[in-house]
Amino acid sequence: MSEFWFFLEVLLSGMFAGTMYSLVALGFVLIFKASGVFNFAQGTMVLFAALCFVGFLEMGWPIAVAAIVSVAVMIAWAVAVERLVLRHLVNQAPIILFMATIGIAFFLEGFGEFIWGGDVHPLNVGIPNDAWFVGPEGEMMIQQFDLAAAVIAGLLVTVLALFFHYTRIGRALRAVADDHQAALSVGIPLNQIWVIVWSVAGFVALVAGIIWGSRLGVQFSLSIIALKALPVLILGGFTSVPGAIVGGLIIGAGEKLSEIYIGPFLGGAIEEWFAYVLAMFFLLFRPQGLFGERIIERV
Amino acid sequence: MAEAENVRAEPSAQTRVFGEPVLTLENIELGFGGVKAIDNVSFEVRKGEVLAIIGPNGAGKSSMLNCINGFYKPQSGSITFKGRKLPAMDPHFAAANGVARTFQNIALFRGMSTLDNLMTGRVLKMNRGFLWQALYWGPAQREEIEHRAYVEKVIDFLEIQAIRRTPVGRLPYGLQKRVELGRALAMEPDILLLDEPMAGMNVEEKQDMSRFVLEVNEEFGTTIVLIEHDMGVVMDISDRVVVLDYGRKIADGTPDEVRANQHVIDAYLGVAHD
Amino acid sequence: MFYREAGIFKTTYAADQALFRIPIDRLFVAAVIVAAFVVVPLVANEYWLGSIIMPALILSIAALGLNILTGYCGQVSLGTGAFMAAGAYMAYKIATNLTWMPIPLVIILGGLCAASIGLAFGLPSLRIKGFYLAVTTLAAQFFLLWLFQKVPWFVNNSASGVPTAPPRAVFGELVTGAEATPEARYLFVLAFTVILALIAGNLVRGRIGRTWMAIRDMDIAAELIGIRPLHTKLSAFAISSFYCGVSGALWSFCYINTVESSAFDIFRSFMILFMVIVGGLGSVLGSFLGAFFIFLLPIALNNVVTTFGLPIATETITHIEFMVFGGLIVFFLIVEPHGLARLWQIVKEKLRLWPFPY
Repeated sequence: MSEFWFFLEVLLSGMFAGTMYSLVALGFVLIFKASGVFNFAQGTMVLFAALCFVGFLEMGWPIAVAAIVSVAVMIAWAVAVERLVLRHLVNQAPIILFMATIGIAFFLEGFGEFIWGGDVHPLNVGIPNDAWFVGPEGEMMIQQFDLAAAVIAGLLVTVLALFFHYTRIGRALRAVADDHQAALSVGIPLNQIWVIVWSVAGFVALVAGIIWGSRLGVQFSLSIIALKALPVLILGGFTSVPGAIVGGLIIGAGEKLSEIYIGPFLGGAIEEWFAYVLAMFFLLFRPQGLFGERIIERV
Repeated sequence: MAEAENVRAEPSAQTRVFGEPVLTLENIELGFGGVKAIDNVSFEVRKGEVLAIIGPNGAGKSSMLNCINGFYKPQSGSITFKGRKLPAMDPHFAAANGVARTFQNIALFRGMSTLDNLMTGRVLKMNRGFLWQALYWGPAQREEIEHRAYVEKVIDFLEIQAIRRTPVGRLPYGLQKRVELGRALAMEPDILLLDEPMAGMNVEEKQDMSRFVLEVNEEFGTTIVLIEHDMGVVMDISDRVVVLDYGRKIADGTPDEVRANQHVIDAYLGVAHD
Repeated sequence: MFYREAGIFKTTYAADQALFRIPIDRLFVAAVIVAAFVVVPLVANEYWLGSIIMPALILSIAALGLNILTGYCGQVSLGTGAFMAAGAYMAYKIATNLTWMPIPLVIILGGLCAASIGLAFGLPSLRIKGFYLAVTTLAAQFFLLWLFQKVPWFVNNSASGVPTAPPRAVFGELVTGAEATPEARYLFVLAFTVILALIAGNLVRGRIGRTWMAIRDMDIAAELIGIRPLHTKLSAFAISSFYCGVSGALWSFCYINTVESSAFDIFRSFMILFMVIVGGLGSVLGSFLGAFFIFLLPIALNNVVTTFGLPIATETITHIEFMVFGGLIVFFLIVEPHGLARLWQIVKEKLRLWPFPY
C-alpha cells in the first residue's frame, strides 16, 4: 500500500515539476501563435528576467518594485527585438527566423550575465517551502512549493486564456496568428502586435523565472533546463495553450517516474534525455502533437 | 479579347486518330474533411492526344492532376496506368513510368540554377553509386556528361540558353514557367501534366508556350493533359476536352462538342443548378 | 583585369562542370593547398600550428558535415556534438581493441560508426520536419552523450572515465597522442581535410547534391520528380554524421588527446551551427571560412583584452563572447544569409571588373 502512496507522490511531484516546464512552454506558444516564430530564446528570456528581478532585489528594492521594473525591462527587450531583428526578417523562411532566435538566445545569455554576473543568485520571494503529509497515515509528501507553483501556473493560464478570448487585443493576436496578410488588411498593426506578444511572453518568462529561481537559484543552467520546454511543445502542439499545460504534466511526470522506476537499471540521470526521446517517439506517430493542427500541404 | 493565334496547321474540325488509352480514371472520389473535391469522375486519356481539363475555379482540376501524380490518394475509384489498375498512384511509380508535371504555382528549386533544375529531372535515369560520385572522375563524370547532353537539347528546344546558370529565383515569371516545362521534359515523359502553363502570360508568351506544347506532342508523341483557363488556347490546341464543375464531370468530347454543350455554358455563366 | 571569365570558353561539358572553372581559381586553390602542406609547417610556430590552425581545420570538417545536412539538404540539426562524440568514442574502441589497424583506417571506421548512428537518428526525418526535427536531433545530442558517459564499455572501463588518446604513427611518425609533434598532427589532419573537402565538392555538384538541394527547396516537387525523400535525407544524415564522426575522432586523437564527452556537448553543436551560418549555408568554402572565423573569435577577443591590458575578468570575456556570437548570427542572417562565402563571391565579382567600378 505504501508502494501506491510512493508512486502517487512521485507522480504528483513530477506533474508539479511539469507545470514549471509548462510555464516556459507557454511563452513559446504565445509567440508562435501570434507570429509563427519559434522563439528558441524563450528559455534564455526566463533566465534574463529572473536575473533582473533578483538583481533588483539584491540592490535592496522591495519585491513589488523589482517585479514592475523587471516587467518594464522585458517590454523594452520586446521592443528591441522587434525593431532590430524581427522587422528585418519578415519575409524570410521560418528556419532563418528560428536560427535568428538562437542568436538572440546567445546574445541575451551573454548580456544578462555581463550585467548581473554569472554566479548563482539565491532567490526567496516567500513561497512556502514546507511539506504537507497526506493520506491515512501521512505516507504521501506534497511539497507546498510545488503546489504553489501549480496554482500560479494555473492562474496565469486562465488569465491568458481570458485575455485571448475576450479582449480586443487578444482577438487581434488570434487574427495575426491565423493570417498575417489578412490581419494587415483589416488594419491590425503587425509591429505593435509583435511587441505586445513578446512583452507578454516576457512577462510569462518572468513568472517562470521567479518560480524556477526560487527552487534552484537563478543561474546559467536555467536556460538549459528551459530547453526541456521543447519536448513539452511537441507533445502539446506548438499552437495550443492547454497543450502546453498537458504536455508539461506528461513530460514532468514521465521524467520523474522513469528516473525512479527505470533509472536504477540504467545507471541514473535518465532525466537528461528522457523528455527528448519521448518527444521523438511521439513525433513518429503524431507529428503535430496532441493538440496541434494537422498541416495539409497543397501544391 | 486577344486570342492566341491558331498555331495548329490543321483546322480543329479535322480530328486526329488516337490509340489506346494510356491512362484511365474510374469513379474517382476525393474529399478533404467535409469538402468534396472530386465527385465520381471518370475519363480516359488516349495515347498521343492533347487533353484539356477545364472548368470554373475550384472545380477540382488541380486535384485531378494531383491524383494522377500520386500526390493525393483518392478515397475510392481506380487509376489504370501501364496495364496496372491501382486504387491510387504512387508518386515514385508515376515518375519512374513517364509521368511528368508542371505546377500552378511554379515548384522550381529556387536555390539552384536553371541547368541544375533541369538536371534534377534526369535523376531517375542516373544511378552511379555514392562512391563513384565522391570520386567524380570516371563513371560518375561520364554519366553527368551524358545527361548534360540531353538536358542541353531541352535547353535548345526551349531557347533558354542564356539563363543556364541563373538561379531560378531571379528569373521573371514567364521564364520560370518555361524552365519548369524544361524540367518536366528532361524526364522524357510519356505523359505530360501541365497545370495552367499559360497563367499570367501575355499573348507572345502564350504563343511561345503553345508552340512548345504542340511541338512536344507532335515530335515526341508525348500525351499531354493540360489545365487551362484561356479558352482560345484550349479550343485551338486540344484534341479533347473534359469539363469539371464542383468536382463533377459535366462534359467530355471534342472542343466543338464541348463548346456547344448547354451544361458547360451554364457552368461558366454561373447558372444555379443542383 | 587579372581576374576574369571573359575569353574563357569551355568546349566540353566536362570543363564546364569542373570544380573551378576559372584558371586563376584553380591556380589559387592549388597554391593554397601546396602552401598548406609545405610552407606552413616550416614557417608557423608550434602554437599557431597546433592550437590554432589544426583545431580550426578539424572543426571545418564538422562544419562541412553540418553544412551538408543543414545547408544543402535543409535538415536542421542540433546534434552535431553527439555525432562527433560517436566518432571519437568508436575510434577509441577500435584503436584500443584492434591495435594492428592503421590509424587512418581507425578514424574512417569511427566516422562510419557515427554515420550509422546518424542514419538511425535520421529515420524520423521522413515524417518530421523543420523545428520538430531539430528537437529530434536534440534527443540524439542528450541521449548519446549520456550513453557515452554512463556505459563504461566505451572507455574500456577506465577508472577516470576520461581515457587518453592512444599514440599511433603513420610512416613511422607519431601523429596522435600527446607525444606527437604539432607538425605531424597538422599534416595528418590536413590530409583528411583536403580529401574530405574534395569529396564534398564532388558530391554537391553531382546527382546526390542536386537531390539534397531539391529536397531542401521543395520536397513535394522533388518527390513528384521521382526523388525519394527518405533516401535522400538519410544519405545526408549518414554522410554528414560521417564527417562529424571523423572530426570528433581527430579532435580527440590529435588535439585534446583525451576522449571526453564534455568536448562534444550542446555548446559544441551550437558552435558548429554558428560556423555554418556565418560561413554560408550551402557552401563548401563557407564551411571553412565560418569554422576559422568562429574558432578564432574567442582567441582574438582574449588577445585584445590582454594586449590592451583591459581589466576584464575571464568570466566576463566569456559573456562578451556569447554576446558577440549571438549578435553575429543575427547580423549575418539579416544582412547576408549566405554568409562569408557570399561576401567572398562579391569580392571576386568586384575583382572581375577591377579596375572598373561596375
